[in-house]
Amino acid sequence: MKPFEYTRPTTEAEAVEFLGETGVQTAILAGGTDLTSLMRAELASPSRVVDLKQIPSLYQVTRSEDGIQIGALVTLADLVKNPLLDGYRSLFDVVDGVRSIQVQGSGTIGGDLCHLPNCWYFRNGYGLLGQENGVSLPETGDNRYHAIFGNEGAAKFVNASRFAPALMAWGTKVRIVGPATKTGSRERSSGLTVGAEWIPLEYFYVTPKTDRQGNTILKPGHFVSHIWLPDANQISSATYEVLQMEGLDWPLATASVCLNVEAGLVHDASIVMGHVAPIPWVTEDASRWLIGRPLNEETASFAADIAVSSARPLSMNEYKVQIVRTAVKRALLKAIGQLNP
Amino acid sequence: MVERKVGWEPQGSHALIGGEIQRVDGKVKASGQAKYTNDINPPGTLFAKLLTAPHAHAKLVLLNIDKAKAVKGVKSVIVMAKLGDEIRYEGWPIVAIAAERPEFAEDGLRAIEFKFESLPHFVDGLDLKGAVEADLAADGKPLKLTKSLGKSEQGDVEVALKEAKHVHEGFYGVQTITHMSMEPHGSHAAWDGDHLNVALSTENVSGTSGQYVQPVGVEAMNVNVRCDFLGSGFGSKSTVDVWDVACAKLSKVTGKPVRLMLSRTTEMQIAGNRPSAFAEVTVGCDAEGNVTAWDSRHWGSNGLEGSIVGLDVTPYVFRPKNRKSIATGIATNCSPERPWRAPHHPQACAYTQTALDDLAAKAGIDSLQFFTKNLNLTSLPHIYEPELEIAAKLMDWKGKWHPRGKGAGNGPVKRGIGVALHTWNGAANQSNVTLKIHSDGSVEVVTGSQDVGTGTRTCIAQVAADTFGVSMSAVKVSLGSNQFPKAGASEGSSTIGGVTGPVRRTTQQALWKILDLVAIRHTVDGTTLAARDGKVWSGDKEICTWKQAASLIGPMGLELYGGPVTDDEGLTNHQVGGVQMAEVAVDTETGVIRIVKMVAVQDAGMIVNRLLARSQVYSGLIMGIAYSLCEERIMDNKTGRFINANLNDYKLPRIGDIGDLVVEFYEPESEYKRGVIGLSEPPVISTGAAISNAVANAIGVRVPVLPLTPKRVLDALKGAKG
Repeated sequence: MKPFEYTRPTTEAEAVEFLGETGVQTAILAGGTDLTSLMRAELASPSRVVDLKQIPSLYQVTRSEDGIQIGALVTLADLVKNPLLDGYRSLFDVVDGVRSIQVQGSGTIGGDLCHLPNCWYFRNGYGLLGQENGVSLPETGDNRYHAIFGNEGAAKFVNASRFAPALMAWGTKVRIVGPATKTGSRERSSGLTVGAEWIPLEYFYVTPKTDRQGNTILKPGHFVSHIWLPDANQISSATYEVLQMEGLDWPLATASVCLNVEAGLVHDASIVMGHVAPIPWVTEDASRWLIGRPLNEETASFAADIAVSSARPLSMNEYKVQIVRTAVKRALLKAIGQLNP
Repeated sequence: MVERKVGWEPQGSHALIGGEIQRVDGKVKASGQAKYTNDINPPGTLFAKLLTAPHAHAKLVLLNIDKAKAVKGVKSVIVMAKLGDEIRYEGWPIVAIAAERPEFAEDGLRAIEFKFESLPHFVDGLDLKGAVEADLAADGKPLKLTKSLGKSEQGDVEVALKEAKHVHEGFYGVQTITHMSMEPHGSHAAWDGDHLNVALSTENVSGTSGQYVQPVGVEAMNVNVRCDFLGSGFGSKSTVDVWDVACAKLSKVTGKPVRLMLSRTTEMQIAGNRPSAFAEVTVGCDAEGNVTAWDSRHWGSNGLEGSIVGLDVTPYVFRPKNRKSIATGIATNCSPERPWRAPHHPQACAYTQTALDDLAAKAGIDSLQFFTKNLNLTSLPHIYEPELEIAAKLMDWKGKWHPRGKGAGNGPVKRGIGVALHTWNGAANQSNVTLKIHSDGSVEVVTGSQDVGTGTRTCIAQVAADTFGVSMSAVKVSLGSNQFPKAGASEGSSTIGGVTGPVRRTTQQALWKILDLVAIRHTVDGTTLAARDGKVWSGDKEICTWKQAASLIGPMGLELYGGPVTDDEGLTNHQVGGVQMAEVAVDTETGVIRIVKMVAVQDAGMIVNRLLARSQVYSGLIMGIAYSLCEERIMDNKTGRFINANLNDYKLPRIGDIGDLVVEFYEPESEYKRGVIGLSEPPVISTGAAISNAVANAIGVRVPVLPLTPKRVLDALKGAKG
């Protein structure tokens, strides 16, 4: 790990100021479960670390008119304890899957959304796209854990966020804070002006064509301060992660669903798959097919087949198609309480 | 009359030996007071770090350390590879830097200018075809990836296979794993004039001082090696390695103590691994299921050397009359193997007893019946047979058995059971001890052995306390220094016999001397005397306390030296047998396997400490579950690198992955009488085959290669569907 300057802002505006200084390579510290690894491996070598943990507003969970607002620094452990979040079962399922008490206690929901890919080529220093001399290593090398969707371009890694599929299925928005712009919304905080913008989570992630693009829309000097979830009424949700091991491990694939079932028929459905593409992978075809149908083993299975029908596995990861198919089927059944253990 | 003969008491007569006794060092270990090499960091210590090669095969074409030397806090820089050197695997050490703080050492590493010129690499020990093709393509050039490692043949395999009622052909294998010791390799070195004091993470305390002589330039008598506590080694820590030499040199140059412990990644890359092994097997049996023929070709890689699991253990345990085995090694650009708990046995067991289980399935015979029926092909049928019976009861084999893939239930999760068996030598190593009995009755045992985590201290104390009839707390055990009487390396399950043998003999001899003094003082017949419960007795009559007895030896105390145990003393023995059964639940829609239950029935001769012995078997099962389900060194063919050399991607089981472990010792009088036999290696051997067989029983398909990851399970299921 290289030496760095450590700063501890107490307001969003201060954070923006620390992050925005020209010529300073900054990194944001939330729970630190990913950043520490990245810095130790010198995959991130910021000259300044901006620790957000002294900003009180980032810990709040509040009810808004039409939903719930969650501060980005709310930890996994605190999330499951908050009664305001009782209706969001799919988030609880995610926390359950993170089998480390340490990560549950220090990892934050905002940090999770910004977690960089676990692609071993990236983590071994070949850049976000895992390229050597212009050749894609995931394409030609060991891609057993890589993408089966959205992998036509240079990016073959899978999005590492555990919460993103669930949050996206809920229709979450994220609040991005950064320097005030002329056109964007402006908020005053501690006498300083910052820009803040609510963005649907599905627009937050990008499939990069170059290493420099990163895997989110966050520009230097910006950070995620809050997430917003719509009201949970009428919605049944579930996440099903396929974990090889019972301990701390990344899912091989995951699926998260939100369903509105009325009179035994699916009225509305949202299905998002995780760890299968450079971004959380939404399957509208499967969701659409379910509408108007009863949900049972057979229809869940058929919807899962639709969900994976456009998968394009790489040389070593065809098995992931079967795994995510199972995850979709089981998440659907779990949401309506019909998944037999 | 109490017979005075070196040996163990009859079964059931020992007060402490054979009992369940907590580790004497359990508290200091659990509370962090125990200092491992990795903890040794006295003030003034410099921190050393390594620059290693990030290539599988390359030439070092530029190396300039001038800027590194000038970095703040850097005290010394040592070059470990020369310009023009051929780097033959990833992690190859290039430079070592000692600095006042770890981060200064890192700054120093960053300031080194270096460049490698890539050379072609070959890292896949499974790819025999690719290795052969590469050799052919290299025609005449020195590339020689494959080499014949011989052939072993007995009887007439061709005829036997022709005459066999059932013949099965299959492919099996085990991938490479690393040792994954909790404490990485490394040392702390400090010079005092000509004297080198080293704290070394080693399982060979007595055998390492000499290894410093030539590379460091020191006289052996001036090397002091210590290892009070060891965070395991599993066979990988018997040598003084290049990084330990660098550590000693850095200390000499700087005149300061230096600490060099490998990082986890470097540890995984270069500090030892268990080689891969793959086999194509043809086996045949008659209509009753008697195995009549074995024909195999096996290959794999142990790194640069290109060696592989031996013909001596192929086929494993079951040795049909007609058998033929051919072994081929593949040299890969991977770091060399080091002995890993029961070297080569787990691999040989995995490709032998899976093939036999497949033959049983083909013959339509219950696996347990099949294995039992063929025990006449093993060297220990008298041990395996009763062990299999015990295991079958503990597993409820009859209740749970079903033909392959025909378990009850329509859900995606299928249950299955499997069995396998193993053997290990476990003979005692050559260890010496010094025994001191002080006039206050306290007892000291000193030996240059080490406690690799198995409980050596406890077992020594237990034997001494048992012989003298005193409490464990009356005995002090000192080990872990090369200044102590020479003791063998803790390899091959040799320590328990190696240390308890001489301790028993010497304590018995000391006891008799003291009893003779008691006889004179109290005018009783010395041959009627015995020590127990802190007292000396003649029959039922209490003569004196142990303290009073010990006081008779005078203020100088009594000191005896005990040489290594010999075969004819009856204290130790060798060659044990064990059986294991696994019950698994396999999710056929995700390929995820859960261990439901493991049963291990193990022979270890006379058990010294039942609690620690059980611990050993638990640890064998857990390591076995690890290499069966998840643990795997993944070499990336593209970059030639060990792509998962970190604890995120190198998957290890946690407590939830382990299931219910049931351990039973097979210790009838016949086995007890054999004396002490090592136990560390055996319980890790047949776990892989047992689990693989259970998975095949559950899903009806063989998943050929360990570890049985979801990918391999689903690929096998898909392959079976066609």
